[in-house]
Amino acid sequence: MTMQQYNISENNFEQCIKCTVCTVYCPVVPVNPNYPGPKQAGPDGERLRLKRGEFFDEALKYCLNCKRCEVACPSNVRIGDIIQLARIKYSKSKPSLRDMILANTDIVGSLSSTFAPIVNTTVALKPVKAVMDSVLKIDRHRTFPRYAGQTFVSWFKKEAQAKQDLYLNHVSFFHGCYINYNYPQLGKDMVKVMNALGYGVHLLEKEKCCGVALISNGLINQAKKQAKVNIDSIRKSVTEEKRPVIAASSTCTFTIRDEYPHLLNIENDDVRNSIELATRFIYRLLESGKVKIKYRDAAPVKIAYHTPCHMEKLGWGFYSIELLRHIPNVELVVLDSQCCGIGGTYGFKKENYGTSQGIGASLFRQIEEVDPQFVATDCETCKWQIEMSTPYKVKHPISILAEYIDVEGTINLNK
Amino acid sequence: MKFDTVIIGGGLAGLACGIRLQNRGFKCAIVSAGQSALHFSSGSFDLLNELPDGTAVANPEEAVRSLDPKHPYAKIGDQFAFYAQEAKQLLLDSGVEVQGDSKQNSYRITPMGTTMPTWLTLADFTCLKNATDVIGKKILLVNIAGFLDFNTKFIADAFEGNGAACKIVSVSLPEFEKLRQSPTEMRSANIARILENENTLHALASRLNEQASSCDVIALPAVFGLSSPAPLQTLKRQIPTPVCIVPTMPPSVPGIRTQKRLRRVFELAGGFYMLGDSATTAETGDGKVYAISTVNHGDIALRANHFVLASGSFFSNGLWASMDGVREPVFGADVDFDPNRNNWYNASVFEPQRYRTFGVATDERFRIKINGKVQDNVYAIGSVLSGFDALQEGCGAGVSLLTALYVADQLKK
Repeated sequence: MTMQQYNISENNFEQCIKCTVCTVYCPVVPVNPNYPGPKQAGPDGERLRLKRGEFFDEALKYCLNCKRCEVACPSNVRIGDIIQLARIKYSKSKPSLRDMILANTDIVGSLSSTFAPIVNTTVALKPVKAVMDSVLKIDRHRTFPRYAGQTFVSWFKKEAQAKQDLYLNHVSFFHGCYINYNYPQLGKDMVKVMNALGYGVHLLEKEKCCGVALISNGLINQAKKQAKVNIDSIRKSVTEEKRPVIAASSTCTFTIRDEYPHLLNIENDDVRNSIELATRFIYRLLESGKVKIKYRDAAPVKIAYHTPCHMEKLGWGFYSIELLRHIPNVELVVLDSQCCGIGGTYGFKKENYGTSQGIGASLFRQIEEVDPQFVATDCETCKWQIEMSTPYKVKHPISILAEYIDVEGTINLNK
Repeated sequence: MKFDTVIIGGGLAGLACGIRLQNRGFKCAIVSAGQSALHFSSGSFDLLNELPDGTAVANPEEAVRSLDPKHPYAKIGDQFAFYAQEAKQLLLDSGVEVQGDSKQNSYRITPMGTTMPTWLTLADFTCLKNATDVIGKKILLVNIAGFLDFNTKFIADAFEGNGAACKIVSVSLPEFEKLRQSPTEMRSANIARILENENTLHALASRLNEQASSCDVIALPAVFGLSSPAPLQTLKRQIPTPVCIVPTMPPSVPGIRTQKRLRRVFELAGGFYMLGDSATTAETGDGKVYAISTVNHGDIALRANHFVLASGSFFSNGLWASMDGVREPVFGADVDFDPNRNNWYNASVFEPQRYRTFGVATDERFRIKINGKVQDNVYAIGSVLSGFDALQEGCGAGVSLLTALYVADQLKK
């Protein structure tokens, strides 16, 4: 090893030439002057923190971890990772009760699903919102995602699981918390589409929340425990059962592929290439000619596609866009790629509400200008944000595919 | 994935090439590892300011005839004037308003207030006919209080050196005070965002009008219009005194707007722009390239009939220098460089530097070579090319634009 090789730091920190391009594309900087910006919070501040940890600035919590700084950086510096790692290493602030509630999507989700009608009604009540706002600091303007009475997993076990072994090919499905507790229909759509393409869908042996909300709320040890459970199950699926893993959420996928090794030190080298978004999986099948899709006859429809931040970071917007364009009679308008402002649990916090809506304002304006029949996107929290802030409904590309696919015709085509 | 053309690099050269090809009906993808050098743009595009021997150039169209045959302009040859005009037209058609003439260099004002020769200048800025011209006799030189990337004292010294009288003022508005809470964020792009608000623009205009009584021109930093030229037009309408915009230190607001505009035009024409991704390897054989792989797309390769390398020079990793050589990382293309490392540098930093002339070797049609073998369907354009020193000759933007369009016209579907 040469001297230079010993000097290479983590996250390409030493590649930063202070060009400020990251700050230009940071969605938080223009709306929240208390945030020092990605250059200062990231590589600039890191120089000081490496000397003395007390230079850590608690204002780094305003980073919503969108990673758009990394996408913009001409020098491949992992600015977002530097910021998140600094928070993990140096932050002295303890997560509040509210942060724990928002971050523990699994526990809160399973409790809420059990009592869904009560929970859904209660959290929508004005007095309850006011109490949550003042006591928990969860902003009163937020509409809470509704909880489903029956989780995706219990539906799947009852209605779908038994048939899955009949298929020739197989995948495992990382459904994530949103599909399981809030929106099982998307999971059902996934099973419908994959089955039509000749793939049996299976649950992982164990699945925990991917942990993205735990990471952003500083609950790192718990995030690591859950990541280990997930990677062990994924490894079993990929190496023993020979089933690649697909997911619907761009953020879960990004977290498992990149945040696990970068932020949580959980190695996934051996399985990383086998975890991907379903839209990319299906695109590959279509491109290689392994499957064909037959669509139902349908009236022309105008759809606007919004690229979620972690989708932008993955660089995989292409696959969802191409799949949607593959559907006859779809006019697809790709919106300017920009943050919608929600940042997962970030926008639910009272102190971030104004920032959150300020960031999204120009996106909401653009959607209204395009005036589509509905918006398509691959991220559940972008969906909440856009549905709350505009009059438009938001659908996942897989749900759109499920709507337009001719199941019988597709099965016959692939015989 | 299958495209007609895959372009590696999404800066000025890659975008110009992509727009021209999309307009000709090609299906293109641009792979861009982060944002481009347009973010550091002066606001002007140079064509040719100096010959390699240091002779100043007044008329680039005439001067190119004396360039060495290895110079990219020499390969464009007789079509130089045509492509210079086409490049200007492409910018205009894309909504990037520029002024300038390839037969006669004009002068632009630098962030230091001095003047430099140039070809095209964004409509935001003032073009001067001669190096010692001034924008006015009595200049009100205005800065936003706390903005450190605009040095009014240097600029006033330069203007006064050419016979103007300057009065320096700094303006503070409550909206800017919020930004100043974090001094590192008092940067041109953030100020420009605040100045997109009509009320703030109006407040700024009234402040300037109060101070403008005894001056014949108001000079302001280039902090107007990240996404459109509208804020500057609005401001100018509200100020009776002529307003002149002076570039700031980077990031460059007009440069960012140009990048956004060109990208949008490329996308609206149907092109796919993949930001934050890097080309890693190429699948080659029989003097052809079949596909490239990227970090983000992994096992799904980008296949195309043609590939265009517009990956830039050392700064953007288009070229890699090590102790024993210079190489091109994606295709392993042949690179023109001096094997004797002692000749790479001149100890005097302001002198021309040999390393800046290093770049990818190409045939007369800008096709790259691998181990001496010309690759039939791979072209190089812009600053990754060898044979010129963009800094000394003042020809970086011109080489990018002209080679981009020249190569785009070579490709057949």
